[in-house]
Amino acid sequence: MLRTRVIPCLLLKGRGLVKTVKFANPKYVGDPINAVKIFNEKEVDELMLLDITASEEGREPNFQLIEEIAEECFMPMAYGGGITSMDHIRRILKLGVEKVVLNRAALEQPQLVKQAAAEFGAQAVVVSIDVKKRLFGGHQVVGRRGQHSTGRDPLQFAKEVQALGAGEILLNTVDRDGTMDGMDLKLVRELAAGLSVPLVAVGGVGALQHIVQARDAGASAIAAGSFFVFQGPHRAVLISYPEYQELLDALA
Amino acid sequence: MITIVDYGVGNLGSIRNMLRKIGAACEISADAERLAAADKLILPGVGAFDAGMASLNASGLAPALHEAVSQRKVPVLGICLGMQLMTRGSEEGSLPGLGWIDARTVRFTPGANQKLKVPHMGWNVVDACKSSRLLHGAEPEERFYFVHSFYVRCDRPDDVLLRARHGDTFDAAFERDNVMGVQFHPEKSHKFGLRLLGNFAKAA
Repeated sequence: MLRTRVIPCLLLKGRGLVKTVKFANPKYVGDPINAVKIFNEKEVDELMLLDITASEEGREPNFQLIEEIAEECFMPMAYGGGITSMDHIRRILKLGVEKVVLNRAALEQPQLVKQAAAEFGAQAVVVSIDVKKRLFGGHQVVGRRGQHSTGRDPLQFAKEVQALGAGEILLNTVDRDGTMDGMDLKLVRELAAGLSVPLVAVGGVGALQHIVQARDAGASAIAAGSFFVFQGPHRAVLISYPEYQELLDALA
Repeated sequence: MITIVDYGVGNLGSIRNMLRKIGAACEISADAERLAAADKLILPGVGAFDAGMASLNASGLAPALHEAVSQRKVPVLGICLGMQLMTRGSEEGSLPGLGWIDARTVRFTPGANQKLKVPHMGWNVVDACKSSRLLHGAEPEERFYFVHSFYVRCDRPDDVLLRARHGDTFDAAFERDNVMGVQFHPEKSHKFGLRLLGNFAKAA
């Protein structure tokens, strides 16, 4: 039986790792290579690394840094940030990264999703969708780190990129990011039920119980940032990951 | 020296990274002469069966591999699609496989269990069917990272090394003399993969 994957999601800004709250106020939490070494020892299921300023700064991915990280990463790894071409994707996968995460590209050049899936297989293509609550109810897809309202319906958009060949959908709820007070289960349920590819939910995990709830709502995998890098009420930086048996028991 | 076969398919970087971590000498090569003379081979692979076989055939590497594996009997480890290419052929394609093991590659069929997701992607536990140098030091419960939509079905039960369950049970690894294959990705299965690749590196 496949166990639900539990994935640390690390945000890269420059050469450092940060953690945001509702996509704002990035707080420095450490060195990425050091963090990856710790996550190796903790035998995490998978790792996700997102460069949150590459697209904003119109930069291409930092291939050198990705290579350094991939060399230390002995579990499946996904990378996102600043990817705008097939050449970028080819280079990243060659460095020892399993999956690319497309966010802005999926909104602005959806053909890249299709081309990437055709050439590298759907399993290598994750489309990440940032979702925000609308003022008068419901949700919409947002772009540019939450700054740009697209007016698009999350499920509709997810189905479109699924049809283009995305092998996984990463649902990122801006309103829950860094809050650690639970995931948007209604939204997770809606997307998981409407999609045939695995849904990875991120945003709001502050306890093991939140991961279990999202699994019960249909998520195939759950990612989290703060939960794995902060400790205690004052959010002291301390990298952690549940013991395998603890995860097994919780998700049983 | 372990030679990783570069035929344009698969994540060679990850395998090299883990072999380096183990401290095993390795090279990535697309050169037929080097492959024919290799001490030990890893045949990686990701993607479609026919694309993989076509690439091995077009690059002229297939005869060199046959010489090393079938005549000189050097140890070879197939990973994921690499394992599947070692069989006679696959339901995914029409080209004949390398035929180093008496097995076929077949499709996952959800059947009665409607909830079965294909591809089979994620961590799964495996059960050992026999003792092997590859499993030296293995824990009672070993788990590995899988990503695949097809799997290998061995003709001979005594070739099967590991089995896993996704809907039905399937052959997750085989070993017959110098020919070994694993459906999962040891290079992405942290300590379990390190141990397995380490055992392969040490095996004479």
